[in-house]
Amino acid sequence: MSELRREASLALAIARKDALAELRGRHAAVSTLFFAAVVLLLFGFALGPDAARLAAAAPGLLWLAVVFAGILAVNRLHLLETDDGALEQLALYPVARRAIYAGKAIGGFAVMLTLGLLVLGAVGILFAIDVVGALVPLVVTVVLGTAGIAAVGTFYAGVTVRLRAREVMLPLLMLPVLAPLLLAAVKATGAALAGDPFGELGAWLQLLAAFDVIMIVAGAATYGYLLEDG
Amino acid sequence: MKTRILGWVALAAVAAAVYAALRVVPADLNQGDAQRIMYVHVASAWLGYLSFGVTALCGILWLWRRDLRFDSVAVAGAEIGVMFTAFAIWGGMMWGRPVWGVFWQWEDPRLTTTALLIALYVGYLLFRRLADDPERRATRAAIVGIVAAVDIPIVHFSVEWWRGLHQGATIGSPERILNPAAPAQFVATLVGMVIAFTLAWSYLMIRRYQLAQSELAREEAARIDRITGARTAEVAR
Repeated sequence: MSELRREASLALAIARKDALAELRGRHAAVSTLFFAAVVLLLFGFALGPDAARLAAAAPGLLWLAVVFAGILAVNRLHLLETDDGALEQLALYPVARRAIYAGKAIGGFAVMLTLGLLVLGAVGILFAIDVVGALVPLVVTVVLGTAGIAAVGTFYAGVTVRLRAREVMLPLLMLPVLAPLLLAAVKATGAALAGDPFGELGAWLQLLAAFDVIMIVAGAATYGYLLEDG
Repeated sequence: MKTRILGWVALAAVAAAVYAALRVVPADLNQGDAQRIMYVHVASAWLGYLSFGVTALCGILWLWRRDLRFDSVAVAGAEIGVMFTAFAIWGGMMWGRPVWGVFWQWEDPRLTTTALLIALYVGYLLFRRLADDPERRATRAAIVGIVAAVDIPIVHFSVEWWRGLHQGATIGSPERILNPAAPAQFVATLVGMVIAFTLAWSYLMIRRYQLAQSELAREEAARIDRITGARTAEVAR
């Protein structure tokens, strides 16, 4: 039990460090948020000014913006560790490697969740959607969705962090894996906004939760191999 | 020598199966000649899944046993799997145009799943090219391959749901042809095609594995050259 507690405290320490670094180096977090906003604007231009069409496409646009901005966020959180060889130092700690994964993923989740909620608000304003009316299911969807993006993103950022072509490889590997999450999150958001007329919201949220659990387990089980060989 | 015999046998089997599918078996009543595509289409799709399964399995074996031969099998599986999967999609599109009226049917869960599959494994192959150290490459590729394989059922499941919760199978799906009501001739041709394609797959897998082993040997030789070369330069100085 104490072993597990040690792992949890290390994970939380790493997460806290990442969240602090994000808060103090404000310009990086702000630029990610701004990127998401620009993506939303460009989607609006691409689809034309028809308000009904934009409102219908809003759930998809919300999640594409979150996923794209998420790529930037997880990449940055891992770059923090490689700059001064900090990841090697972390790997020296006498705890299971999955604690390090958990810490990075929780830190990423905190950043992504903030981002997701802000983007949700922006979508509500830009596309004239009543976000407040369905706030609880929407927030649950954002929590589950960003948790999955953080779990997958942390794993793939660890895989690609040392590559020269990191900027290309990270989205190339990560986006196809995220496809089921995107699909379920968009469906859940759409169902929540429409007041769940077909009673399918629960099923999509379950799918999201299952995706999260599977990817967290897979990430925690394999992340240690990434640290092992440097 | 044995591999070469296998190659010729596979070639003859594929030729015989293609002849049977094109000439011997009658055309489908509803779909006409387009249905004949199904024989190669199903056989390729099956081999695509088999290949990716082999890649994931060899990834696990590499992490467990640390034998680079497993990594060579894994890369063979990914490359040949992408090839067969692309062939399956191409066949599906050729079939979809006359039967569905469109090349690409977003409503079909298999098609969209398979397209994502190709994206997953093309990513895997590109990723492999970027790493230089053979063992590090093997480890990272193994992890990427395992997570990709874990993702496949989730993708399939979610796309199946996405099309509309609780719906029946797509019209003209392979299951309908394989069901007991299908004429025995159709089933026999399909089984023959699958066997012939699997033989060809085995041949390709062996050859690609041998190639991967040679590549590893060359990398190793180059590395030793670099080390000894550096040492001689030092001595000369």
